[in-house]
Amino acid sequence: MTDVALPAPAVAPDAPARADFQIVPLRGLPVVGAVLVALVVAIASNRLWPLEFFHVAAGGLWTSFDLFLGFVLGPIIGRMAVPARIDLTTKLMPKLLLIMPTIVTCTLASGWQLGRLLGTIDSGYANHSWIVASYIVVGVMAVIALAVLEPANVAVLFELKKPRPDPAVIGRLMKRFIYTAGITGAMQVATLVIMTKVATG
Amino acid sequence: MSEQRLPPVTELGVVSMALIVTGGITIAAQLPGDVALGLPVALLAASALIMVWNVVSLARAPGFNRPLFFEVARWALLAYCVIAGILEWVFVKDGTRGGVLVVLTLSLVVFAVHVPLLIGFTVARFQPVGVRPTSQIDGAAEATV
Repeated sequence: MTDVALPAPAVAPDAPARADFQIVPLRGLPVVGAVLVALVVAIASNRLWPLEFFHVAAGGLWTSFDLFLGFVLGPIIGRMAVPARIDLTTKLMPKLLLIMPTIVTCTLASGWQLGRLLGTIDSGYANHSWIVASYIVVGVMAVIALAVLEPANVAVLFELKKPRPDPAVIGRLMKRFIYTAGITGAMQVATLVIMTKVATG
Repeated sequence: MSEQRLPPVTELGVVSMALIVTGGITIAAQLPGDVALGLPVALLAASALIMVWNVVSLARAPGFNRPLFFEVARWALLAYCVIAGILEWVFVKDGTRGGVLVVLTLSLVVFAVHVPLLIGFTVARFQPVGVRPTSQIDGAAEATV
């Protein structure tokens, strides 16, 4: 959910000095704050268009990020030279630390409110079993992302920030991404199936 | 690899999170009618117990880099409190009350505490005691304490 499958950037002990980077890009925090304020306003207004916008836009971004990074960009990075791999990882993963939790929060909070407004989360709704299936899919992704992938993401960035990163530590942490990429991909495809079914009745 | 022998915090964290999520799904699937809270309460209790066990076992683990753990976990805790706060506000705004609100609130508390704990643990477990990357968030260099 909040992380993607990127291959391990193995680092040699005598690797050349790298440009420093921020684990959490502070310049992005005001943007995150503004998006969350807009989300709260949308939910408080309880109007269809803003709720639909947040749920569809953020949900689409979430699914696209997961599938694109896990199955398109990830394998490409795996074939890149080690210095280029490290460079891309240290530029990409800090941004994802801000982007992914934000769009996931927007998707889920606006989706719940949208379901209340439209009545689709009521147990009497015609496609209730599909809605419950979506809960399960999101639940699986949440557990994998929050308990397994996000901690690994942060730990990899901490290791890469050291003057001499340990390739064994990075390799071990990145195995988590490889092991869970298939599950996350399957859950995102299931999300597309369920949401299009619910939207068309 | 500078990893210490530590309790299975991550594995138990996955179980704890899975229990919380299952409880939440059980409640959500019954709304807006009367919600049977027996199973969600049992799942919440089990999840909270696992979280407490994780906290206690980390507090007693020798050779664990606690300064780094707290440095990372406190910022993650702030972020996840914001997320949990938004979700709690949505529940309250939608008229969720009574036992359901209590169970959902406590579930969010477990969520907002356990995720930062897992992030801090995963970072600190690979760093030897005495090494504390100062102000990693703003990009300062590594320091030894």
